[in-house]
Amino acid sequence: MRAAWTVCRRECSAYFASPIAYIVIVIFLLVVGWFFFSTLFLFNQASLRAFFRMLPIVFAFVVPAVTMRQFAEEFHTGSYEILFTLPLRLADIVLGKFLACTVFLAALLAPTLAYPLLVGALGDLDIGPVIGGYLGALLLGAAFAAVGLFASALTRSQIVAFLTGCAICFALCLVDQMAFFLPEAAARPLAHLAADLHFENIARGLVDTRDVLYFASLGFVALSATALVLHEKHA
Amino acid sequence: MIRVEELTKTFGSVRAVDGISFEVRRGEILGLLGPNGAGKTTTLRMLTGFLAPSSGRIRVGDYTTAANPLEVKKITGYLPESAPLYPEMLVFDFLAFTADLRGIAPGERLRRIEEAAALCGIREVMHLPIAEISKGYKQRVGLAAVMLGDPEILVLDEPTSGLDPNQIVEIREIIRRIGKAKTVVFSTHILSEAEATCDRVVIIHRGKIAADSPTAELKEALGGKSRLALLLEGADAAAVEARLAGIPGVEGVAAAPSDEAGRVAVAIALAGGADPRAEIYRRIRGTDWTLLEFHLQRQSLEEVFRELTREG
Repeated sequence: MRAAWTVCRRECSAYFASPIAYIVIVIFLLVVGWFFFSTLFLFNQASLRAFFRMLPIVFAFVVPAVTMRQFAEEFHTGSYEILFTLPLRLADIVLGKFLACTVFLAALLAPTLAYPLLVGALGDLDIGPVIGGYLGALLLGAAFAAVGLFASALTRSQIVAFLTGCAICFALCLVDQMAFFLPEAAARPLAHLAADLHFENIARGLVDTRDVLYFASLGFVALSATALVLHEKHA
Repeated sequence: MIRVEELTKTFGSVRAVDGISFEVRRGEILGLLGPNGAGKTTTLRMLTGFLAPSSGRIRVGDYTTAANPLEVKKITGYLPESAPLYPEMLVFDFLAFTADLRGIAPGERLRRIEEAAALCGIREVMHLPIAEISKGYKQRVGLAAVMLGDPEILVLDEPTSGLDPNQIVEIREIIRRIGKAKTVVFSTHILSEAEATCDRVVIIHRGKIAADSPTAELKEALGGKSRLALLLEGADAAAVEARLAGIPGVEGVAAAPSDEAGRVAVAIALAGGADPRAEIYRRIRGTDWTLLEFHLQRQSLEEVFRELTREG
């Protein structure tokens, strides 16, 4: 566990040493800023609804951009060979990197806390959905980060890792809307896989164990798959 | 210290390492020698637990890489080829990171980093990002990181590749210094390097062991033949061959016009252990030829190597 923490610390400082991190933060804030301020100025509504509604889709391409370098870059430069021959377990490596991505996503979300403050100053702020929304955003981000890590472990190309991660995350966001042409019996269970529906539930201020469990299992499955892929590379 | 038994690694249909066995004793510097693609890196990767063997076994100390990978990694320090360190990190930060992962107590960390830095001569680059230091320094930072954990075994993959002659000498010097207290296994395709640094040499060719012997014995065990090279002026090739043939200890004489006009180059193969130089000189003195060059060439490790690893 101490090793995972060391890996996490290194990854965090690596994030902020590279320009990619700042570019991703700026793009993210621009996009979500647009959703927030367009409702504020165009519709005269001081509301976080549009911001949270679009968050799953925005995360579907921002989170893979955050995670794409994690393993792909290490494979590319060869530093992975050093990391893997140090006395630490595979789980420590995966967990450390996952923690670092989640910390980074929290840092990415932090500036948007200005929006609820602004809404509170301009009108009525319902605090429940805000807390739920940010908790959901963290869960969603962490689960997508696990998916992104898995994509990154597949390849030594960051672009391929990014696109693979995006594809999986988008599919998870849109699966409920894409399933309409399937028979009802198939569409309903498929809709349970939809990340955006589970996120919306939490963002409404309803923290249901089912939704939390969904994100926890998605993260667990993706991280296990990551460890499996890495293990196979040494076989 | 290390015992490799019938080690095999296949990638698809390619047998990169094909049933090799060797042993490394405690405190020995072993050179793993072979042309590019012979299976050196694959062997080292299996030694360090980075790759799992397809079959065979590696015992390191009291452990095997298959059953106790973590224990093996604890007592082994590995520097892959061209030292792939995190480029964005500062040298000091990288060493601190390695120290933490090696489980060095925070109170001891600074002292250990300073020791390793002094040993490898990198004190003046501690504050620089790894991306900005030269290849030679990078290699030394990698060595320092390996030394931090005070491992019993060091595994170095082509530690001098891509360095300039001065840097090569420095790295060899550090390896020799480290090798006094540790067991070192390193790979190289440069023979003079193995000759200069190793106690023992294992030559790998196409995934198999072509030779395994102490460096000093290697040349003798594999022929140990020497040659005399002469350059004569005012002589005729056929006459030279006739005059020098039949001296005891001479196995063959080959004379041919040299590139320099009017001169004859002569190569005399000597039987092992014989030294007919005095007799050859006496025979030449009896003619009106002018002796321009006369020197003994021991078969170098390069030649031994080429003979062992020649294709087909």
